[in-house]
Amino acid sequence: MSYLQTTNVIKQYAQHLALDKVSIQVPRGTVFGLLGPNGAGKTTLIRIITRITAPDSGEVFINGRLSKSEDVYNIGYLPEERGLYKKMKVGEQAMYLAQLRGLSKKDAHRELMIWFKRFDIAGWYNRKVEELSKGMQQKVQFISTVIHNPDLLIFDEPFSGFDPVNAELVKDEMLRLKDEGKTIILSTHNMESVEALCDNIALINKSQVVLQGKVYDIRKEHSPGIFRFRLRADDFMFEHPTFTLISKEPYHEYIDIRIKKKPEVTNNELAKLIFDNFDVVAYDEEIPTMNDVFIKTVKQ
Amino acid sequence: MNTLSLVIQREFLTRVRKRSFIIMTLLMPLLMTSLSFVPLWLSTLNDGGEKNIIVIDNTGIYAPMLESTDTYRFQTVGKAQESEYRSQIGKDVFAILQITDDLNVNPNAITLLSEKQSPQELRSIIENALSEKVMQQKLDVLSQSNNVNTEAITQVRSIVESGSRVSIKTMKWGEDGTVSESSTEVATIIGMVFTILIYMFILMYGNMVMQAVLEEKKSRIVEVMVSSVKPVKLLIGKIIGIGLVGITQLVIWGILLGVLFSVLTMFIAAPQPTPGMPAPAEMGEFDMASIMNSVMSINWFEIVLFFLVFFIGGYILYASIFAMFASAVDSEEDTSQFMMPVTIIIMFAFFAGFYSVSNPDGPLAFWASLIPFSSPIVMMVRIPFGIPMWEKLLAVALLYGTFILISILAAKIYRVGILMYGKKPSIKEMIKWVKYK
Repeated sequence: MSYLQTTNVIKQYAQHLALDKVSIQVPRGTVFGLLGPNGAGKTTLIRIITRITAPDSGEVFINGRLSKSEDVYNIGYLPEERGLYKKMKVGEQAMYLAQLRGLSKKDAHRELMIWFKRFDIAGWYNRKVEELSKGMQQKVQFISTVIHNPDLLIFDEPFSGFDPVNAELVKDEMLRLKDEGKTIILSTHNMESVEALCDNIALINKSQVVLQGKVYDIRKEHSPGIFRFRLRADDFMFEHPTFTLISKEPYHEYIDIRIKKKPEVTNNELAKLIFDNFDVVAYDEEIPTMNDVFIKTVKQ
Repeated sequence: MNTLSLVIQREFLTRVRKRSFIIMTLLMPLLMTSLSFVPLWLSTLNDGGEKNIIVIDNTGIYAPMLESTDTYRFQTVGKAQESEYRSQIGKDVFAILQITDDLNVNPNAITLLSEKQSPQELRSIIENALSEKVMQQKLDVLSQSNNVNTEAITQVRSIVESGSRVSIKTMKWGEDGTVSESSTEVATIIGMVFTILIYMFILMYGNMVMQAVLEEKKSRIVEVMVSSVKPVKLLIGKIIGIGLVGITQLVIWGILLGVLFSVLTMFIAAPQPTPGMPAPAEMGEFDMASIMNSVMSINWFEIVLFFLVFFIGGYILYASIFAMFASAVDSEEDTSQFMMPVTIIIMFAFFAGFYSVSNPDGPLAFWASLIPFSSPIVMMVRIPFGIPMWEKLLAVALLYGTFILISILAAKIYRVGILMYGKKPSIKEMIKWVKYK
């Protein structure tokens, strides 16, 4: 069942249509990738979900019912463009943001201490924000997004500004939150992390959802039907109407080939044909990365 | 805790704890008292010695008119001795007054020679004394000529003499002449002080709101905030929080100034134990007492009440405008285009207030104190002079009605503006924002 659902959301700004009948379904307890090129309308959609702006038409459902203003306390949103009050102390600032998100002073402090320890920044409590590195600030922002233990988390480019170690830390935290049953929307241009984290995605291009579904299904759907074989052979001169050869290349004592199957042939038939004729060392289907899918879809 | 009070709390506390705020709040009253008391103190110091004025009167008519005061001692000498005294100027002799001819005939035949710039006080003593004499002379001449009725002259004389008394009676303050006059001055000073205060605070704290909005927008913290606080609440919280900082500062200034002034007044006006104390101290005591008297006769409760009412109204009105424009742009440089007209309006109000002092019931003062954009500043000038209650209430009603309208407009623009980046919007675009859902 969908935790979050939007139906035919339309948002018109002065000169352009930001969202055109956008419908997405985000299943409970999954990570949902919200993808799209710059200016596609992702941030507008997130702002509508977080009730910062209202749609011109269309609805947002949370947990099966129309979203209402109290829902914002059950959403943690880490915007792409984010900042902190530079002159405030880290602890005060985090306390302030936590309290704004509906925690009592006591709860805020307790939760904060847990998170500060987890992110190893407890020593920064009394430092001013302007003394912090960007990565450190990102950690504080991440904490203030999740501190009130919301059921829906929205991260817009959460990894920017993090070194690989900290990016991994944040990734792990996100997976841990997912395991706890939280629903996460991840908007990013980092396709590797989409593959690593997301269960489902929606790709928005030019204000419309152009692609939606399970990550692996989408990648498979976009598979051009290219198979790679590593054969123990001197050369590959075999020809057959079920496929066309794309490339061949010797590799030590083997030869690597890439062949594209005709659409009417099944994978099995093709594999059997090669296996029957050659000594196959390894083979796989070339499934496009999300990156390839993204570029292909957006360029269409 | 409710988000609005959290926002107010943060805006208030972060500013009040700033070192610059603490220093400014504590030092300003000290500076203000020293600015007003040091000159007073210095002037009493100067008055300590008597000043000799040598009077050389060729006509012999005027010298007797000059009566020595506590500070200035007039000493009439013959013409022969002039060069002798001239060399003593700056030592025993403070100045030489030379009257070479009948002033009735030749009004320029009088000169005051001194080494330093002669004090205004001395000049007015001489002018007052001599003008009276010259007038007498003129009337005498007139009455001696044959073609004028002597009775008419007597009447003219009495009219002229009573003239000043009539004008004193038109002043509505106090019972007797002296208090009346100093009361007008006190009213002027109080009006000016409150006008400058309100002008300063609207500009200063309006600017603070603008800076705060810009800072939030530039640092993009606002993106983080709006997901848990409604933009309108953020704006209201900011305006209230910063306004409270202003009121805190005012209250501390008020208390500190009150304490400092009363301590210093006691110190200056305290009767001196030594009997040989020179007379000027008594003068000072008398002046101080009469000023204190008229200060007390003013309806402070009313003034302070209206000051707060106009301060709050004016501050919210302008702070909303400042916040509205700040939310629409990305950087300080871009604000100037929008700020210019606002600043001009405030400046106009300030000068209107300035000129209203000399004519608190004139049309400029009247209209400027009713128009909401200038009323907080101009009305403060007029209140100490005593104006009808309906004018005050009308001004308050207009001001509060306007600020409610403007702040609703500002909130609508702010809500969209803080999340818009890039191109500086035109006024037309901002009007479109108002209609956004």
